[in-house]
Amino acid sequence: MVLSARDLRREYAVAGRPVAAVKGISLDVAAGEYVAIVGPSGCGKSTLLNLLGAIDRPTSGSLTIAGRDVSRLSDAEATRFRLTQIGFVFQRFYLMPTLTAAENVELPMAEAKLPRGAREARARELLGYVGLDGRADHRPFQLSGGEQQRVAIARALANRPALLLADEPTGELDARTGAEMIEMFARLNADGTTLVVVTHDEDLAKAAKRVVHLRDGVIVDDTGPRA
Amino acid sequence: MLMRLAIATLWRRRARTALTTAGVAVAAAMLLDMVMLGSGMRESFRGFLEQQDYHLRMTPRGTMPFDSEATIGGATALLARVASDPDVAGVAPVLGGKLFVPRGDSVVSGFALGIAPGIQADYVIAEGREIAAPNETVWNGALLEAAGRRIGDTVRVSAGYDPQLRRFTGARELVIVGRGRFVMLSGGELAGAVTLATLQAMGGADRSDRISVALVRVRDGASADSVAARLERSEPQMSAISTEAALRFVDERLGYFRQLAFILASVSLAVGFLLVTTLVTVSVNERIGEIAVLRAIGVARWRIVAQVMVEGVVLSTVGAVMGLGLGLITAKWLNGILASFPGLPAAFDFFLFEPAAAYKALGLLVLCGILAGVWPAWRASTLPIAKTLREEAVA
Repeated sequence: MVLSARDLRREYAVAGRPVAAVKGISLDVAAGEYVAIVGPSGCGKSTLLNLLGAIDRPTSGSLTIAGRDVSRLSDAEATRFRLTQIGFVFQRFYLMPTLTAAENVELPMAEAKLPRGAREARARELLGYVGLDGRADHRPFQLSGGEQQRVAIARALANRPALLLADEPTGELDARTGAEMIEMFARLNADGTTLVVVTHDEDLAKAAKRVVHLRDGVIVDDTGPRA
Repeated sequence: MLMRLAIATLWRRRARTALTTAGVAVAAAMLLDMVMLGSGMRESFRGFLEQQDYHLRMTPRGTMPFDSEATIGGATALLARVASDPDVAGVAPVLGGKLFVPRGDSVVSGFALGIAPGIQADYVIAEGREIAAPNETVWNGALLEAAGRRIGDTVRVSAGYDPQLRRFTGARELVIVGRGRFVMLSGGELAGAVTLATLQAMGGADRSDRISVALVRVRDGASADSVAARLERSEPQMSAISTEAALRFVDERLGYFRQLAFILASVSLAVGFLLVTTLVTVSVNERIGEIAVLRAIGVARWRIVAQVMVEGVVLSTVGAVMGLGLGLITAKWLNGILASFPGLPAAFDFFLFEPAAAYKALGLLVLCGILAGVWPAWRASTLPIAKTLREEAVA
């Protein structure tokens, strides 16, 4: 298993009282799976994704990713873990506006101390993979929304993560670009990337091989892996 | 790459960065000027005293050199007694007075110095030559111009004016042999020098065998303060003021200036600190989503701190360098204004550029810039990633 969550719970203090956003979720994701997490707004999808991505800590429960108990990592260890094992794609792309597309892709590799030549080559390769060969030197404001999201995907893949997490990756895109993105995710998964996607987009959810339905912080339906 | 990102962030908001840097530069310039002002007058005064190469100034007890018209009688014997001290290497007597030079229907008056040519330390010859005979005189440029005279002219000069008889007294025919730069006189002050004996003679009985000041050179290795104390004991009618004592006196008088300079320098540092803190905080607030994403994709906390602090360092360093130039320009301008105060030597510098002190002050400003980045950097590095991303998404 790439990911194994057991009885994950996340509570927040609201007006001095604990409110649970995730209430004891258990989930296993095998290598090469493509999982979509769906559910109404406020059901805990993004909170779950943050827990799975080690950018938030569970109040209780355990989480193992790539054989490592993530719930017990220190901040520095979790940071390093995210750098090397997790790829993030955000709804709003969040590219660094002052860097070019290639530099944005290089950023996680530079942080991982990859030599300049190797990371430049990898950035070119990844931009080619997402169909942006000729846009390496463009800055985010010179790219369309779809192109920016492709750069964000290339950035997420930079350090060859064990798991790619995406939070509403088509949320800011028009229908046609969203469809292109759905194809892109399908291709990523076909090429071996393990994907967990949080989405409201029915088309994106349909493209996933497994759909997990959340309601009020608990899994109410899990279609299980499908061919 | 993150350092590049920091610089690029500043470049991205060029106008704001330029304005903040300009603000830091003004603060740095003010800081530099206050540091220069704090020590400038004292060191400038020391330069004047040391330029004369005499270590003691003997004046009638209780007076400062040329602070009053008081003179000392029995000068010949006094000078001989002072010169006989084993630690005294030389004595240069000076008598102060007035001189009156006719020009057409009017009269030009100026300051007269009776000196001992060859050992005098009150002027340097800028043109012509030093006085070599009792009927020769050296004038400064202002007196030459005011009297309409040139080197080589013979002029009739008086040393006094009797208001009852309405006539000038102590008149002499003198030959102008040189133009001198009188180091202790203000820019526009008119002055001329003659031999001590000539000025004493021109002053009549009132000035006979009298001097205003005796400049004393102390032998190498001897303590000027010890010699001064000894001379004051042996010549109780005299005050012997060493260069250091004179500087202490100046220090007391300049205490207000130094306090003012210290307060304004502190204000400058605080302004620089607040400017940089404000800009870096605003910059962090604007990029809070970006910073959260950097943390989410695995950028270490200390790298975020470094990135934010680099912004503060760049702003304060560029501001300090610009402030150095600006400070020197404003110091020169202010010096021109202050040096025109009446009674001050023309070459007196209020603002003295001492590289070590200046760089230390600007270094302090850069340090303030570094410290100014600490809080925003800490804030950026400790923000909760998930919460920030959620809030950014909602926003």
